[in-house]
Amino acid sequence: MRRTVAALLRKELLIELRSWQSVPGMSLFALTTFVVFHFALNRSRVDGDLAAGILWVTLLFAAILGVNRLFVADAEEGGFDGFLLAPVDRGAMLLAKALALLLYLVALELVAVPAFALLLLGPTLGGTLPSLAGVLALGDLGVAVIGTLVAALAVRTRARDLLGPLLALPLMVPIVIAGSRASSPLLALRGGEPAARWLATLGLYDLLFGLIAYALFDFLLED
Amino acid sequence: MPALQLEGLARRYGEREALSGVSLSLSAGQSLVVFGPNGAGKSTLLRVLATLLRPHEGSVRVLGKSLPEEACAVRGRIGLLAHEPLLYRDLTARENLRFHARLHGVALERVEKLLELLRLEHRCGEPLRTLSRGMVQRVAVARAVLHEPELLLLDEPRANLDPAASELVDPLIGVGARRTRVITSHDPARGLAEADMVLGLRGGKPALLRAAGEVSAAEIAGLYR
Amino acid sequence: MHSSSPSSPAVGSGLRALSIAAAAVMAVALRLVFFYAPLDADQGFLQKIFYLHVPLAIVALCGFVAAALMAIMHLRTRDARWDMRSYVAIHMSLIFAVATLITGSIWARGSWGHWWVWSEPTLVSFLIVFLLYATYQPLRFAIEDPDRQARYASVFAITAGAFVPMNFIAVRLSTAYLHPRVLGSTSNLPPRMALTFIVSLLAMALLYATLCGCELTAKRTRAQLRALRRLADARAGAGEDGDPQSRRSRSAAPSMPAAGTLAAPAPRGGL
Repeated sequence: MRRTVAALLRKELLIELRSWQSVPGMSLFALTTFVVFHFALNRSRVDGDLAAGILWVTLLFAAILGVNRLFVADAEEGGFDGFLLAPVDRGAMLLAKALALLLYLVALELVAVPAFALLLLGPTLGGTLPSLAGVLALGDLGVAVIGTLVAALAVRTRARDLLGPLLALPLMVPIVIAGSRASSPLLALRGGEPAARWLATLGLYDLLFGLIAYALFDFLLED
Repeated sequence: MPALQLEGLARRYGEREALSGVSLSLSAGQSLVVFGPNGAGKSTLLRVLATLLRPHEGSVRVLGKSLPEEACAVRGRIGLLAHEPLLYRDLTARENLRFHARLHGVALERVEKLLELLRLEHRCGEPLRTLSRGMVQRVAVARAVLHEPELLLLDEPRANLDPAASELVDPLIGVGARRTRVITSHDPARGLAEADMVLGLRGGKPALLRAAGEVSAAEIAGLYR
Repeated sequence: MHSSSPSSPAVGSGLRALSIAAAAVMAVALRLVFFYAPLDADQGFLQKIFYLHVPLAIVALCGFVAAALMAIMHLRTRDARWDMRSYVAIHMSLIFAVATLITGSIWARGSWGHWWVWSEPTLVSFLIVFLLYATYQPLRFAIEDPDRQARYASVFAITAGAFVPMNFIAVRLSTAYLHPRVLGSTSNLPPRMALTFIVSLLAMALLYATLCGCELTAKRTRAQLRALRRLADARAGAGEDGDPQSRRSRSAAPSMPAAGTLAAPAPRGGL
């Protein structure tokens, strides 16, 4: 199983490095969105709730871009069949794709969070950065799991570019709720700590949908 | 024990019967050639045998294992050469084949050996989308036989191959390969030459099923009318 | 070809009994709401919408969860009838959810002055749930292979069913520390209100079951009609290569399996 996941992940990353389908697009989208927010809100500096909201919304929408591209190569180039013919556990594809998406999200945040701090954020991140990274990591897990499940659902339909976001956004609302509430004190003028209940909510979400995705994924692949 | 044993196999697509009432038995090492017009169900049959599609009715036994319950057990022993090459266009031939080698637990040296056999070494470091269709087909053949399967399922294997390339792939997927094969073909003469058994499909139903010696090319051509 | 058996009398009479029961309980509930339950001290007559809004919400939620359970059965047994039930349950729950939103909005307007309030967690959760389940039909419509359509729909139904409670938790947490509940809760009801509420809930549940039963029967009948028509066509010697799939327009609704499998589910590989 581990070997299969490793082989799949290696293939994913190789294709991404070769074709640059996801990460550059997501990062650029995030940067542009920050600029749009500046003009749309007519604010030069934001903090607290507003900052958390802008950050999470931007990250979420950029993530949707990555989700849309996740299975496209497989669907169009017969990658599903190639994998389905191999004598391996099919859950490995879910794990590998979710891990890949997670890595893309981390790469996205490595660009977006500093950009956010530079362009829009009032208070300096400094000491709260590790906590923020932790909150983002929990949120990323949820996005990766649900994103992979939704991507697999949407990719073999006729309206895949539309259905992906339509399905993913409502499902990710709890992540936005918990993520932004948890980040808000970290981005406030007078720094604080995220309330434990939001971290618990994120954790519960990740666990619940991780299990569900793993149980259901096979049904999406087979015919 | 026969390599293939089908009994009343049926596969639906909604309300349409893509395959119905297909029954046959094929011994190990024999070649079954499937003829029929487009949409007759040839590719569907191959995909069912490849464990990619579940049979809706009837029983299917491949290499002694019953599908779909024991599909996992038999998957690694089947090789499929489909209409699409089932390869990633952004990766090189070598990377594609290594990926499949890892999936099947095959040593990476075999990849190099196949690349050599198929005269692909000089182009194996370029992304697949820069290769001609004939070369891509050769890589697809390599992918299909990488794990030395006992059963070969070949969907119009000679498509896109010039005579020289055809010769290269022969020892791997041709009669000389000495494997059980199921081949779809549109060429009555050539198909008959390779076949031990012939199956003619029309509208998903078997229109004729006989040993190769008892069928004439004219009868096969009749399927297409 | 097996001819599809006409729906057995048991199905017909069961549905009839259910609809009579539903009508009876609804009549009782209406009487209780207007003549028995006391007027609320704060909100007056408007509060009576509570007996409509909350049962609608509870039944819709149970419907979504039931649909998820039916979807699990569908994936386990591969019987298309479970998919049909799941589809009808979601369809009906979606209508009830819209009704929940509308009645909640009216209530909010009456007691808070706005057509929408973010501080009422039930209302907000329902909006999100509605937005999610509204994609169910487009998802089905976008998949042509009926087999795969049913399977993907079931995966969606299960995921969405698990999402509903998770969503409620998250939304409730986000509003809990901001505002007190606006539209009132169901705890600490005086006995007369509690009785009225229970009966209203029962009435709503029976209404839901009746409507689902009607839709299921309608679909089954339509499928039998289609099967008979196909039989007639075949007898009349219509072209064997005609593709019934192309004659029928693409549909988001599941169809019953082809005649011949209606009698008994085809032997399928176990999971």
